[in-house]
Amino acid sequence: MKSSEYAAGSLLTVANLSVEDVAAILAATDRLERMAAAERARILAGRRIALLFYESSTRTRTSFELAAKSLGAMTTLVSDKSSSIEKGESLKDTGLTLRALGAECIVLRHANSGAPYLLAKATGLPVLNAGDGMHEHPSQALLDLRTMLARLSGVGGRLVNGKTLDGVTVVITGDILHSRVARSNAMLLPRLGAKVVLCGPKELLPEDALGLGVHGASGCVVIERDFDKALKQAQVVMMLRIQRERLAGLELDLGDYISRYQLDEERLAARSPEALVMHPGPMIRGLEIAGEVADGPNSAIEDQVRHGLAVRTALLVRALGVGGFESVTV
Amino acid sequence: MSDILILNGRVVDPSSGLDAERDVLLRHGRVAAVEMPGALRVAKAKETIDAKGMIVAPGLVDVHVHLREPGQTYKESIKTGTAAAAAGGFTSVVAMPNTVPVNDTVARLEWMLDAARGACVKLFAMPAATFGSLGEEITDFHQLQRAGAVGFTDDGKPVLVDRVMRAALVAAAGIGVPVSQHAEDTRLTGGCSMNAGPVAFRLGLRGMTVEAESKIVERDVRLLKDIEQHDGLRPHLHVQHVSTAKAMEAIRQAKREGLHVTCEVAPHHFTLTDEAIGEYDTNAKMNPPLRNDADRLAMIAGLMDGTVDCIATDHAPHALFEKEQEFERAPNGITGLETALGLALRVLHKGQGMSISRVIELMSAHPARVVSLDGRGTLRVDSFADVVVFDPAAEWNFEAVKSRSKSRNTPFDGAPMLGRVVATISEGTLVYRG
Repeated sequence: MKSSEYAAGSLLTVANLSVEDVAAILAATDRLERMAAAERARILAGRRIALLFYESSTRTRTSFELAAKSLGAMTTLVSDKSSSIEKGESLKDTGLTLRALGAECIVLRHANSGAPYLLAKATGLPVLNAGDGMHEHPSQALLDLRTMLARLSGVGGRLVNGKTLDGVTVVITGDILHSRVARSNAMLLPRLGAKVVLCGPKELLPEDALGLGVHGASGCVVIERDFDKALKQAQVVMMLRIQRERLAGLELDLGDYISRYQLDEERLAARSPEALVMHPGPMIRGLEIAGEVADGPNSAIEDQVRHGLAVRTALLVRALGVGGFESVTV
Repeated sequence: MSDILILNGRVVDPSSGLDAERDVLLRHGRVAAVEMPGALRVAKAKETIDAKGMIVAPGLVDVHVHLREPGQTYKESIKTGTAAAAAGGFTSVVAMPNTVPVNDTVARLEWMLDAARGACVKLFAMPAATFGSLGEEITDFHQLQRAGAVGFTDDGKPVLVDRVMRAALVAAAGIGVPVSQHAEDTRLTGGCSMNAGPVAFRLGLRGMTVEAESKIVERDVRLLKDIEQHDGLRPHLHVQHVSTAKAMEAIRQAKREGLHVTCEVAPHHFTLTDEAIGEYDTNAKMNPPLRNDADRLAMIAGLMDGTVDCIATDHAPHALFEKEQEFERAPNGITGLETALGLALRVLHKGQGMSISRVIELMSAHPARVVSLDGRGTLRVDSFADVVVFDPAAEWNFEAVKSRSKSRNTPFDGAPMLGRVVATISEGTLVYRG
């Protein structure tokens, strides 16, 4: 099935978003944020949004739910632990059930890569990918982008186009192999002109990651194993958690990992004292990031969460084809 | 069983080096005569096929199919699977043992081969090499061979333990049949659902490395050498569905060393790469997985230089609801009997300049030889009247919805094919007419 055959307003991957789509989403985010709460609550009044979460989640789930409610939509949360999914119902049948119950849009978090494509194809509904396996987390990449635009000096006023992040180097460090956040960011940010440096040991960052580089983008994706070298170039440093639950037998010397890849105050001050520090969460303080850095002045981690709520309002409005997104195609 | 006269066709029979216009008479289930055009016009036959512009070739032989019976007839049955085979020009198929239950006893083998199952082409079988295909204890090769086994395999999984594989090779060598190996070191592929590489990384899927395949081939070759040296036997290893350049090279080297190694390649492995998975299309999910283009080209090179002995489909039907799952959860396998000839002619003949005779050889004489099917894969007089008639110039698009198989799991729905089967005759009976 071609991407254009999914319901308009679906967001399954950042790869299907044009730079113009990104600009429109961010513009709508600004618009919705400026709007009075009462006015905003009328936009999706009475509309039905299903949150289908097959994996535990705090910020993404809450963020989508609060975003939907702030727009006046009715939401229902279905999790694999308290539904027919537990009895073995297929994703397709669960999706068809939700559609029959009137869901107009499904937000899906799933442990299997590609699950949102299956759901979107089976239901014909707009589906928002809220994280699928090791694949992607497109709304996270958009909120990360908005956070950078808000916090990086000299970038904020620029129009969102293929050159918005020219001259910006984003270092993403840690468990790239298992990170859907890293994949989405590495595919999105270079299209706006950023250089993305992926950093981590071979076990967590195979050379195959270079395939994320987007042809025709002005930015690029490179690999740098030495975190100190990478950090020196960084305007943004994004730290990732080691996903122990996905290591599948891979054994890491955590002490060695910490000494080579942890972002601590000393390292940050010595290599890139001005860099914006980001983390998609959940953080493991003392492992990939020192608590002082997470709470320090460079940290944009809480900003990311706030921007997440805002960006997701725009994504829901777009999914339901209102508020300036009436003619959206994917 | 009626006599059939096939007139005016271009007879291509690699087993006898024939590629010329001939008329063919089939009588009493055998090839009765292959004569110059016109010589048989006086012969009386109940059925006459005008094969003007067509190729008349030995019926195709597939050494690797899954017919799902017993146990999973919602996917396929021996009746529907062999009907699909006939539509694809196949007149002999070898059924794999990973049925439910596993075909590992004489009783099950005989049940499977019984005419009551309704096979419309000649059905052969490879029972399991080990009981339950568990890889622990080899089955009774002697008894099973007497009941019709043409080889042994645990297909779907490898015989992983060296000692067990060695015992299987020794036992098979004693009775002159091959051990067919699914070359996959499953210790390296846990949780993997496609080929390792940039595409798997982008899709966030765990990938099978090429070494997981080549290591088993290399291990098996070592066992062959060891058995030849210490047991004075000459075992026959048949490597199933080779998919990697590395394994292909190991086979090429083993052949150079004079070991009895044969191998097969599936049409999807010389046609597609892992890019065909696109947006998690489970119809492109199989094991071994689609590899990268260098591996695909290595399969073609192996077919061109003679390293590859035969083309086999690994026809693996699955129901729609099984494939309509998350990619990592969906079963491996695609159907292939009705697309094999069309793909081989398009990719190998038209695309690579392989002669039609060679394509036919890879799909008839050679696979018949791999499993010692006397009188099949040939049009010599007195051989079985197994014949395929096809239009080599017909360009068409495969439509899965029209398949004779019960299942539709193919990445080739709508794909262009070259060469269309117009008639398939199995032991003198017309079993398909296109």
